[in-house]
Amino acid sequence: MPDFIVFVEIKDGKAKKPSLEAVSEASRLAAGGKVTAVAIGSGVAQAAQEAAYFGATDLVIYDDAQLKQYSNEGYARIMSEVAATAKPSAIFFAATATGKDLSAMLGGFMATSVAADCTVVKMDGGVFSVRRPVFAGKAILTCGFAKSPVIISLRPNVFALNPPDASRKAAADNRKFALTPKDLRAVVKEFVTSGVKKIELTEANVIVSGGRGMKGPENYPVIEELASVLHAAVGASRAAVDAGWRPHEDQVGQTGKTVSPTLYIACGISGAIQHLAGMSSSKYIVAINKDPDAPIFKVANYGIVGDLFQVVPALTAEFKKHL
Amino acid sequence: MNIFVCVKKVPDTETVIKIAADNRSIETAGVKFIVSPYDEFAVEQGLRIKEKLNAGEVTVLSHGDADSAPVVRNALAMGADKAIHVKDDSKDIDTFSSATALANALKGVKFDMVLFGKQAIDDDSCQVGSMVARLLDIPFVGVVTKMEVEGTKVICHREVEGGHEVVEVQLPAAFSCQKGLNEPRYPSLKGIMAAKKKPLEEKAPERPAASVTPMKLEYPPSRPPGKIVGNGVEAVPELVRLLHEEAKVI
Repeated sequence: MPDFIVFVEIKDGKAKKPSLEAVSEASRLAAGGKVTAVAIGSGVAQAAQEAAYFGATDLVIYDDAQLKQYSNEGYARIMSEVAATAKPSAIFFAATATGKDLSAMLGGFMATSVAADCTVVKMDGGVFSVRRPVFAGKAILTCGFAKSPVIISLRPNVFALNPPDASRKAAADNRKFALTPKDLRAVVKEFVTSGVKKIELTEANVIVSGGRGMKGPENYPVIEELASVLHAAVGASRAAVDAGWRPHEDQVGQTGKTVSPTLYIACGISGAIQHLAGMSSSKYIVAINKDPDAPIFKVANYGIVGDLFQVVPALTAEFKKHL
Repeated sequence: MNIFVCVKKVPDTETVIKIAADNRSIETAGVKFIVSPYDEFAVEQGLRIKEKLNAGEVTVLSHGDADSAPVVRNALAMGADKAIHVKDDSKDIDTFSSATALANALKGVKFDMVLFGKQAIDDDSCQVGSMVARLLDIPFVGVVTKMEVEGTKVICHREVEGGHEVVEVQLPAAFSCQKGLNEPRYPSLKGIMAAKKKPLEEKAPERPAASVTPMKLEYPPSRPPGKIVGNGVEAVPELVRLLHEEAKVI
């Protein structure tokens, strides 16, 4: 009988969407088996219930003031204790910043590798296999596992959420873990926001990105307006980031972020291999570029050859008419 | 301050990946290998810390096959003092087995800081740094964009969604480096010449078999051929119509 654990990341009193995607996928794979959502932090018990709406059958909650700030060793010790008692066949994480950090630390504790940032998970008669992008998405690797439990992290915005059922309740097991100073050697002192509240690129459904063709930082309002109308995140190519026009956290590409939106609109981006590596798994790509030979047009579903400073405002106006 | 920097040999980012006949790995003939870009931030960081303290030693450590050696020399050319190459020709390596090989190479060695790139750009797993730290039983902070060393205390910024976390840790500790931490220097000609004479010790790997095993490597699904909707502003209404009616995304 399938028996899985899913780590649910809670932020600002809510379960993060990528974690709920992981719960959804785990519950689909479990097909009636047990899916235990684990929440760790302070004041997380209520948000943890959201995991039940998406398919968790059980909840394990470690709620303690001492756990308010994330500690990779502390949280990993807790996860490995949960795994030691539950003896699951699989442990799932969302491949968010915390998910990647925590799953790796847990792998270290459990002496097993993590199949990271997977886009497909299969289970056949209890045997797992996954698909994950490698070489910045230039190839897809199918992996099997030689040990149990398997530890898998899932790429955000790839796995569908189950339709939530707010009437579902999962039995909550509230537990305590006595942390010692050794568990808290690298503790987060504070979180500092990067300023303007932005839609996170790795979780966005629509992204509008600007590259070298933007010609300067002062021109980005043109694509920010389009993004605003589409409720989109704003990205940038490496050229724009290296020129100092946009912060590194906005960079999409091989040495930036890998994104998987439903729609990616590339403005003034030529489409270098390294940029494509970050966005080629977008469902739909639109390219706007002056140069008809720009490589981006080879991967775009739809392209407009033209001056982005005329086309993008026209696009914004046209969308405003319809939305 | 004894600083160890782990570097991995990876194909250059320009490389067009070709899948080898075994359908599980890439064709390496003609591929240019480089120090994984994020590892360069780690080498640079080690060098800067040593230079600021005007004391200590930076040792480069790498686990990989014979093609790793020239890449390790490049890190030496940046200014590292010596290198250890854990020479391993096996293809049966995953993140935990590689982390074990690296940690075992540091058995009995006195270190204050171990630095990594946040991920190798071939496997993109983001795990080895954390796992080596675990095996060495030292704390780990990943995806570091800023680092200040004050004696044995390190205060760093760790990049997360929407901002950064400020994390404080005592040495000895391990860190993985993110773009923005520093600007890696280019090796000077003098550095390249000096690197040829710097000590490069070879060690045999001590590690378990892989627990995550590659079964098949494929190209990603090719995208359907796209279309140029038109030129300039005139094409905009048609594009919006297509996005709404054909793609159904807006």
